[in-house]
Amino acid sequence: MEFFKIRRVIPFMRHALVFNVISLITFLLAVFFLASKGLNFSVEFTGGTLMEVSYKDSADVDRIRQALEKAGFKAEVQNFGSSRDVLIRMPAGKGAASGSAQSDQVLEVLKKDNPTVEKRRVEFVGPQVGEELAEYGALALLVTAVGIVLYLWMRFEWRFGLSAIIANLHDVVIILGCFAFFQWEFSLPVLAAVLAVLGYSVNESVVVFDRVREMIRKMRKASVPEVIDAAITGVISRTIITHLSTQAMVTTMLVFGGPALHYFALALTIGILFGIYSSVLVASPLVMWLGASREQFVKPKQDRRDQHEGAVV
Amino acid sequence: MNRYPTWKYALVALCVALAALYTLPNFFGESPAVQVSSGRATVRVDTALLQRVESALGQAAIAYTGAVLDANSVRVRFADTDIQLKAKDTIDKAVNPDPANASYVVALNLLSASPGWLTAIHALPMYLGLDLRGGVHFLLQVDMPAALTKRLESLTGEIRSLLRDKTVRHGGVAREGQSLRVRFRDADTRAKAREIIAAGIVDLALAEREEGADLLLVATLKPEAAKRTQEFALKQNITTLHNRINELGVAEPLIQQQGADRIVVQLPGVQDTAKAKDILGRTATLEIRMVDEEKMTPDILAAAARGEVPFGTEYYVERNGAPLLVKKQVVLTGDRLTDAQPGFDNQTNEPAVHLTLDGPGARIFKEVTRENVGKRMAILLIEKGRGEVVTAPVIRTEIGGGRVQISGRMSTTEANDVALLLRAGSLAAPMEIVEERTVGPSLGRDNIEKGFNSTRWGFLAIVAFMSVYYVVFGLISSAALGVNLLFLVALLSMLQATLTLPGIAAIALTLGMAIDANVLINERIREELRGGATPQAAIAAGYERAWGTILDSNITTLIAGLSLLIFGSGPVRGFAVVHCLGILTSIFSSVVVSRAIVNLTYGHRRKVERLAIGNTAWK
Repeated sequence: MEFFKIRRVIPFMRHALVFNVISLITFLLAVFFLASKGLNFSVEFTGGTLMEVSYKDSADVDRIRQALEKAGFKAEVQNFGSSRDVLIRMPAGKGAASGSAQSDQVLEVLKKDNPTVEKRRVEFVGPQVGEELAEYGALALLVTAVGIVLYLWMRFEWRFGLSAIIANLHDVVIILGCFAFFQWEFSLPVLAAVLAVLGYSVNESVVVFDRVREMIRKMRKASVPEVIDAAITGVISRTIITHLSTQAMVTTMLVFGGPALHYFALALTIGILFGIYSSVLVASPLVMWLGASREQFVKPKQDRRDQHEGAVV
Repeated sequence: MNRYPTWKYALVALCVALAALYTLPNFFGESPAVQVSSGRATVRVDTALLQRVESALGQAAIAYTGAVLDANSVRVRFADTDIQLKAKDTIDKAVNPDPANASYVVALNLLSASPGWLTAIHALPMYLGLDLRGGVHFLLQVDMPAALTKRLESLTGEIRSLLRDKTVRHGGVAREGQSLRVRFRDADTRAKAREIIAAGIVDLALAEREEGADLLLVATLKPEAAKRTQEFALKQNITTLHNRINELGVAEPLIQQQGADRIVVQLPGVQDTAKAKDILGRTATLEIRMVDEEKMTPDILAAAARGEVPFGTEYYVERNGAPLLVKKQVVLTGDRLTDAQPGFDNQTNEPAVHLTLDGPGARIFKEVTRENVGKRMAILLIEKGRGEVVTAPVIRTEIGGGRVQISGRMSTTEANDVALLLRAGSLAAPMEIVEERTVGPSLGRDNIEKGFNSTRWGFLAIVAFMSVYYVVFGLISSAALGVNLLFLVALLSMLQATLTLPGIAAIALTLGMAIDANVLINERIREELRGGATPQAAIAAGYERAWGTILDSNITTLIAGLSLLIFGSGPVRGFAVVHCLGILTSIFSSVVVSRAIVNLTYGHRRKVERLAIGNTAWK
């Protein structure tokens, strides 16, 4: 079986400008939504209490809300996964101590209302820990980005490192933009997914760049855009097949993983889909704009001798 | 060219065999068990205990499927949970004849049902995190400024007695913020006092200062002393938590330091979080101080009740409602206390609490009681910055030897309560819960099932696709992916790294990403074939050329994984550990293992006409 019978080199770079404009627009949209709507951070970041409770029969969310309100709790109540499962979210109260006791009090109120209630999960995060988690998350993102740039700089050239990271940070921003637009909950696992995507889509760029490096040495007469076109054409089938396989895994997670893995898998899906696009069609044009040239890879042997001769006075 | 030397095949086979061996325990499931461990430092777990447990079960005619003694516990396995519950009560009665004073912790547990020889080679099933097996996770923050303040308060006492011993006259010692101020009338006395304090208390850094007419000696804790105080506070709190958690009867509690001022407590299987919090959250610290009876005139007490408390004292109300003015200076803190037991007064037969103090504590107590016969002292419980007078007894005589009895105006229950609070150990500094994660057992089971299902179906989908698309090479890639999964599970089992739901997600994701290497190789081989290379040459070139790319792409992924590992906490860390391990195993399995299979399949044939890697004939 063979999906891609590509006989000619596809002139990707001729349309480079179009791709870059599309990227820029999606990127700006994502930034806009991030700025205007902001991320819907989970309690892990904001601090507060999150409870998942389960009833024998389908739960009456309104009644639960009223019962909690009567007992003096400011809570957000919603169904979670199925009609029997309910998610209760409460902001951090004054003083962290009241926070950790909150969940037990709420459970008591719910038990009085309906004794079949069963506690499934409680998460309480003090505001100070939440701040730290957010801080460390940002730091992890930064370290990953810098680490990848440094590695690619070492292995290839700074232009490649820079374009790869720009292309992939643009993926990250777009994932975040989607989370902001749909107000999906941004939790710690989602953060992990975002960083995994960052590492994963850089793979794509690396595969293309590896090919560019190889081709640039082989195709002595071709211009840089031609080389890039040939490289992308050479790896495009691998790119799509790899992503299909990874996406197959992520899709099963989305289908079978239940609510706990839902947003994690969703973030990965967006990341993988945009990853194909950005690593091939954003990173490569960027390398071109940044002015990669043959000389950066094919160092004539004379160079070294010239240096030697220059050193002799 | 496509042959491995024999040792390389052997190495691959050995790795796979070892991995299979260490993965094995995960398939046996768990059986209900009862675990008996020591509840006190002085109680040892030995063969005698094992015999006691076995004979108790024998007498009650409870069948068990195995009893083992390990480093710090006796574990007995049972066929089902009903027997387990019955057995727990029986064993509890047998080893703890006096429930009020239990020497052993008897707890329900689940033990791996894998055969003994596997356990003997340390082949254990993966260690499941709380989100998979259910339980509570707490993160406690230790109030370090409070620990330092407390240390300074007790140092004021030391400075006073030091200066008094050397008969140096001073105008009072007081704590202000994180420093102590000693007042003097003249510079000579100050210089002398400075010498004495510097020699007597090495933890203090001293500075001289003038304030109006007063000459001051300002003492602060040296940075290393402050650090030591904080470390000590953390350690003592951890010890205290151990003691308190023993009361809960948890099979495998985890109590660990995290960072400079935090403690993680994980209690698998615990569902009653309210009780757990109550026991952990008893952040009471114990202080013994003197009652300032000179100032306790009705006028001053009335003023103090309105908030005008005289300098150097604090206003408290006793349990019976009587107001008290207690000096701020701490005579003794809870850490000088080694034991506390409820009991009865020998003469009056009133309920009483018997305290035992350690050496320095006994010395200070003797000195204080000698000087204050007939006066009252107060035992305070400080909880979250608020104090409560437990009792304020009158000192009848000088008390030496460190054995103290508090009696009078107490009921038996009260005596029990007080003793328990004191005995469970006081905390060196107050703590509060800053993070809690509770997962019910049903959710844990669901999580395992969901995580397992998504991995299984995803894996099958990839295998199906690869086999159709790359035919024999697809099957080989799938086999390599299977080996990767085997390695990963074996590594996780060997390292006993905690597997969480994000960890399972990481297994799935890593498998999905790992196939990339094989796709790269297979595509490369196809390309070489299209370019006219012979099958053997295509295989060699395919693997060789893909290697550089595979390495680069895995290293970039690893960079992201490592930074998650370093900066992540909780669920993110669980994800990162598996992700990083998975990247490492995938490099080996997708390159070395798959090559070994390819070599075995094709490398030893005399002539290979074509490779079964899908259609490559179109160019």
